[in-house]
Amino acid sequence: MKKEVLLGDEAVALAAVQAGLTAGYSYPGTPASEIMEYLIKLSEGGRKFVAKWCVNEKVACEEALGVSFAGKRALVSFKHVGLNVAADPFINSAITGANGGLVVVVADDPGMHSSQDEQDSRYYADFARVLCLEPANHQEAYDMTREAFDLSERFGLPVMVRLVTRLAHSRSSVLVREPRQPNQGLNYGRPEDWTLLPANAQRRFRILLERQKDLKEYAEGSPFNQLFINDQNKKLGVVVSGLGYNYFKEAAIDLAVEPSSLKISTYPFPENKLRQLIEQVEEILVIEEGYPFIERLIRGVVGITGKKIRGKMDGSLPSSGELTPDAVAKALGLDEKKGLKIENFKLAGRPPQLCVGCPHADTFKALNEALKDFPHSNVFSDIGCYTLGALPPYKAISTCVCMGASVSMAKGGAEAGIFPSIAVIGDSTFAHSGITPLLDAVYSNSDMTVIILDNGTVAMTGGQPSFGTGAPLDRLIEGLGVDKNHLRVIIPLPKNHELNVKIIREELAYHGLSVIIARRECIQILGEKKRS
Amino acid sequence: MEYDIILAGVGGQGILSIAFVIDQAALEAGLFFKQAEVHGMSQRGGAVQSHLRLADSAIYSDLIPRGKADMILSVEPLETLRYFEYLKPDGAVVSSRTPYVNIPDYPPLDDIFREIRKAPVNVLIDSEKLAKEAGSLRAQNMVMLGAASIFLPLKEEHLKKYIGVLFEKRGAQVVQTNLKAFDLGRQAAFQKD
Ligand code: SF4
Repeated sequence: MKKEVLLGDEAVALAAVQAGLTAGYSYPGTPASEIMEYLIKLSEGGRKFVAKWCVNEKVACEEALGVSFAGKRALVSFKHVGLNVAADPFINSAITGANGGLVVVVADDPGMHSSQDEQDSRYYADFARVLCLEPANHQEAYDMTREAFDLSERFGLPVMVRLVTRLAHSRSSVLVREPRQPNQGLNYGRPEDWTLLPANAQRRFRILLERQKDLKEYAEGSPFNQLFINDQNKKLGVVVSGLGYNYFKEAAIDLAVEPSSLKISTYPFPENKLRQLIEQVEEILVIEEGYPFIERLIRGVVGITGKKIRGKMDGSLPSSGELTPDAVAKALGLDEKKGLKIENFKLAGRPPQLCVGCPHADTFKALNEALKDFPHSNVFSDIGCYTLGALPPYKAISTCVCMGASVSMAKGGAEAGIFPSIAVIGDSTFAHSGITPLLDAVYSNSDMTVIILDNGTVAMTGGQPSFGTGAPLDRLIEGLGVDKNHLRVIIPLPKNHELNVKIIREELAYHGLSVIIARRECIQILGEKKRS
Repeated sequence: MEYDIILAGVGGQGILSIAFVIDQAALEAGLFFKQAEVHGMSQRGGAVQSHLRLADSAIYSDLIPRGKADMILSVEPLETLRYFEYLKPDGAVVSSRTPYVNIPDYPPLDDIFREIRKAPVNVLIDSEKLAKEAGSLRAQNMVMLGAASIFLPLKEEHLKKYIGVLFEKRGAQVVQTNLKAFDLGRQAAFQKD
């Protein structure tokens, strides 16, 4: 056994490779990006497996499913909202079942450090009726990911591993075990299992339902679900999962008597162990990262007679945002520790902002200038560095909802009467989810303008490759049927400001669909290229 | 032994490089460590911080509770103040005095220094000047690591070894610059007291 210093994300990646991975797929998204970054790095070290960025999460999930169909082990990873995009193949993969081990790693972002919501992926695992493993630390991230491949093959189902930002992006040392070989040879899935015609799907769904008792039995006996009974403390019992466990253990050092506890790391959660804990104590505190998933199940509608249940739903813990050691210590009844205070001093905030010299800044300046002639316009935008265009000094955009939504919302806005209705979207986000709504707009010859910020990369997440950039992007847009005369390319540089304003103004005034590509490379990526 | 450090700065100032060197030196010394980083959106010129915990036994929480940090190590003075509530009453502040002004309402520097000096142990370092002297403005993070090293429960030679490892790929010149930056920061911190 060897010790390695790894991010939580990297521990997952290494475990997957050592579990005998044939292929890994992903789309960049904080906090999951480093899983694929590390897989790619490992694959360059001469190991034989596929590690690829994909055009979006749905595609990534389906590619992984194809690998599983062929009898080989596959990993697909993305951030929580990526699972929304991949929900279709994910849910249906529980019906087809997995042939080779199929592990879906989802990194949730409680606190929304880099996200639009803080949805809790455990609901998705429950919804799809598959196992979900939730590590609390780096070692568990490694061990559980390895175990997840075995479980997937044992039960013939995909297995979810749920991470959160704080684990994904925290670094610590991990003991790693001997690697094993990938599955050899091709071993096709059975057509009657994988062709989800109603008759097949109905049969497969019944099999999935029957399998639930096996999953429950496994979870009940799983060494990852640890029950600790302290006969010295009949008052409080703690049900805890994920990083909540670390904060609980940290605080428990300061408690006079440690409460009994059940650490839940495998779902469906172990009902018998839970009953044993509840019998012991008067009061139950549920500590979990994300939504009150466990807490709601324990409470049910009427609660448990004679027992007090505390957690996020009664305000013992904050109902939104990330857990902190301080919030958990407080919920356990410990006094708040105080640090140094600063008084009579206004701490100015420092929000993120576009880099100095960023091409988006020049595009926003030109767009704002051009818009002065159009008092009733609206700029719908999307997800990427350019979302920072919402902040001063630009204040250039008024929406950011989900990947690709700028284009579809601009079409809806135009149809509701907004003129000019404008979409601002990055090249990678466009490839991810902007192509289909643009095709929709072509079909309707919508009265709108789409501005594609082509900086040649997925900049926000660290510069992963973009699938729709440069000349192929121009051809793609033409191929969709956009009128050549209203497909314009500008180079967003200060010296081109006047010209760019003029071009944008012309296209905004045009009644019909126009696309402007603002093309200049992200300066961070340019800088990296120069350095290496 | 437990030693908790809040690393602070502005996205792009290289606090993760400081963290790398400390992590590796801790590992070399046989210590446990956990280090929570910030990736993603805030790295774009926003406030960034990293919680770095060292101990001679297993560490549970990735985050440092409030009022428990032994040190705030910051590459930017305003950012130093942002995390004051994490510092123990007798914790040490090691801060750059070189402001990174990318916001319109940046407070007067003297007010910032006045607040920083309220910490019982505080070391303010002119990281810009020392980094320039070492040969590169980018080396301010290593100046600050050098200054902090007088408090850290880690060996100077281990820290220097991993500065070498960190910058190896960029060539001998860059390694030398960063080692010099470390030395200048360390000397400046000693002269303080
Ligand atoms: S990383 Fe690139 S795209 Fe993002 S703000 Fe900086 S220069 Fe602009």
